[in-house]
Parts: sequence; structure tokens; C-alpha cells
Amino acid sequence: MSFVNISLDLLQSFAENCELFALTLLFSLPLGLIISMGSMSKIKIIKYITKSFVWVIRGTPLMLQLFVVFYVPGLVFGIPMKSRMTAALIAFVINYAAYFSEIYRGGIESIPKGQYEAGQVLGMTKSQIFFKVVLMQVVKRIIPPMSNEIITLVKDTSLARVIAISEILMTATEYTSDGLIWPLFYTAIYFLAFCGGLTLLFNFIEKKFDYYRS
Amino acid sequence: MSILQIENIKKSFGNNEVLKDISFSLEKGEVLSIIGSSGSGKTTLLRCLNFLETAEFGKIYVDGDMLIDFASRVNEKDESIRRKRLNFGLVFQSFNLFPQYSILKNLTLAVQLLENVKKSDKEKIKAIDDHALDLLKRVGLEDKVNAYPCELSGGQQQRVAIARALMLSPKILCFDEPTSALDPELTGEVLRVIRELRDGNTTMIIVTHEMNFAKNVSDKVIFMADGLIEEMGAPEEIFENPKSQRLKDFLSSTLKD
Repeated sequence: MSFVNISLDLLQSFAENCELFALTLLFSLPLGLIISMGSMSKIKIIKYITKSFVWVIRGTPLMLQLFVVFYVPGLVFGIPMKSRMTAALIAFVINYAAYFSEIYRGGIESIPKGQYEAGQVLGMTKSQIFFKVVLMQVVKRIIPPMSNEIITLVKDTSLARVIAISEILMTATEYTSDGLIWPLFYTAIYFLAFCGGLTLLFNFIEKKFDYYRS
Repeated sequence: MSILQIENIKKSFGNNEVLKDISFSLEKGEVLSIIGSSGSGKTTLLRCLNFLETAEFGKIYVDGDMLIDFASRVNEKDESIRRKRLNFGLVFQSFNLFPQYSILKNLTLAVQLLENVKKSDKEKIKAIDDHALDLLKRVGLEDKVNAYPCELSGGQQQRVAIARALMLSPKILCFDEPTSALDPELTGEVLRVIRELRDGNTTMIIVTHEMNFAKNVSDKVIFMADGLIEEMGAPEEIFENPKSQRLKDFLSSTLKD
């Protein structure tokens, strides 16, 4: 096996990590916003159900959640998970949405009451106040914690190996049985490159919001 | 006919009765100052008028028509409250400009939303922009159209906030301690704008700690204490010839500093 072959092989597996990463973001970002609305709800029952849900998801290992999503439908309901990727995606989306919801909540609650009141006395509706006045300010405030969480997600995608998704670390460990240990350490380059790109992107977005201070 | 008539407004927070029974009226073009120590309920009264707080009891008449009877508004829709509050404008102590928008957009945003202006309707947008520019000129900030709130001094921000409140042409413009968050050297420019509005016949209610200003600019002064109107009258009566002991004490304590 040449260096180039191994690199390409690892790259192909890394595509699985990237797919899981992108799809998780796509679904968990909006889901997190909905969950955050629930945990800020004035209706007590909704608030407590949501808060308990977030507690359970944040209070148990993501690895365990992967097992649960993959095995429980088959064991309990007799409907086995057909696709490993779907199972991983469901676990990741739920897990990350719970974390994102807390970031959204922190951002939304940090907006001064005066911003809402200014919108109210100017005759805006609740949704106009949220979308036209508050949301942009929330986005600016949550970029740093969001970047953190999203960069963590890149590396967490490797956990999918526990339900036998052939992601990059899984592939790399298979080389060890051929006596090759370096591909395992070499995988770091892929993660570093990907996270480096993300960091540049987040810096760019942060700069975009630099034109004002609140 | 009075432009504004308030009858028997009552408001409590829990067991704390903040407004006990407030009634007064205001004629068109009049300026009313509300003075009193903190905790006397003056800000709460202003917030009730602007529907930021819901009074438990009392009626508000505007131009002789009943705007609201708080005792029976149990199921009033947000939408109708939203329309009703447009009779009033409110300038906040802490300005509350929208930081992410330019000064122009701060003024035009609410009108555009209220009139549901489409992006393609260039004429309408131009008309609203022109109106905003006129108002910015009136508060002396036409050169700040494209600036952002963070680039302005406190006094300038408050003048923008005044212009923003005027955009919707409220019948009664309310000020909640408009200069309390400002450095002393910046209060003058804001008070000057308010004075010019009075000369332009704007009906105003001003909650303030600036006694000299209240004395000079008002047609009527209300002194509040413990959720009640302790004394009400022309500024000369209130400041030169206070009747109640509480007002005398209040005035002497404010004059000390």
C-alpha cells in the first residue's frame, strides 16, 4: 500500500465524517431553535418537558445515544434500523440540537428588554420584533459559542464508528492489523485541515458583524 | 375636549400597589411634567399609557373616545392593543435604538413594517426616507443618516430616539427620564429638542428629574408620591408655592444637590 493509496482511502472514509457533519448541522440548527423556544416557554408543562429532555440528552454520553438509536427500535419494537448512517444522524441531530438550544437560549435571553419594548411601542408585532430586531443581535452574540460547538462536532463524528460506520478512524485502525500504525496518527491532518477551514469561515462571519457594537 | 383623559388608573405588582388612583387630563399642545422621588410610580404610569404594563383598573380616553377600559380588557387581542398604543410615542431613558441598523433604518423600520411596504415600491420607500430625513434635520442630526448608534454620543442617540418616536406621528409623546442616562454636558441638546417640540405644539408627557426644565417647559406639573397624585398645577404654583409638606420636602431635597 502506497502513501497515496492510503491517503485516498482515508479521504474516502473522511467523506462519511463530512456527510454526518453537514447533515447534523442542517437539521440540528433549526431544531435547536425550536427546543430553545420550548425551554423559554411561558407554559410551564412545555418548559419542564423541554428542560428534562435537554437534561437527559446532555447528561448521557453521545456514544450511548448512538447505541440506543441503533439497537432499541429493533430490540423493543421489532423494526431494526436499516441504515447505520440514518441511526447515527438521528442521534447526532438530537444531541447537538440540545446543546445548540442552550446556546440560542443564552443569546436570546441576553438581549436587553428595552429592545423588545422599543419594538412594541413602535407598533411592531411579536414576530416582527423577533425577526427584525432581536434575531440579528442574537446571531452576533452566539457566533463564538456556536463555533466552539460546531468544531467539536467535526471530531465527534468519529464516534459513529461504534455502530460500524466506516468513518476515517475506523478505516485507519484497520491498517494496524497489517502492521501499519502511522495511518492512525495521520488522520489528524484531515481533522486539522477541516477545522482550520471552519475557523477561517467563522472569523470571516464574525468580521461581517463587526460593523456595530451593541 | 381634552386630547387625553386618564381616569382612576390602578396598578400593583404583587402586593405592592404602585398606582393607587390616578386621574388627570391633558389638552392638545400641552406639556405635562411628572415629578416625584423614585418609587413614586411615575415611570409605571407612563408605561401603563404605552401598554408596556397592564393596569388593573381605569380608563384612558383619547380625543374624547374611550381607548381602553382596563377593568374589562381581559381578552383584548394583541393586534388591537398594537393599534391603540400608536396614539402614544415613548422615548426611553436608555434610548433603546436598534444597534444593528443605521440611523435611517432605525427611523424607517417600524413605518415600513406597519404599512407593509414592498421592496419594489420605490416611491413609498423614498417618501418614508424623506420623512425620516426631515425629522433628523429637526433634531440636528441629518449628517448621521448612515451612521450606526454605537458611533453616536448619548445625547445624539437620544435625539435619534426622539425622531424615531415622531416617525409614527403619535398624538401624545411620552418621555421616561430622557436625560437620566446622559452625562451632564449632553442633557442640554436633548432638552433643547424637547423645547422645540413644545414650540411646535407637540403634546407631551415628561417624567423627569430636571426640575428647572420642568419648571420652564411645562404647562402643567404633577407631583407624585406613593402611587398618588399629591399635587397638580401650573409650574409656578408647584415650584414657587407648594402646598403639601411632601412636595416642600421633595423640592428642598432636589435643590440641595
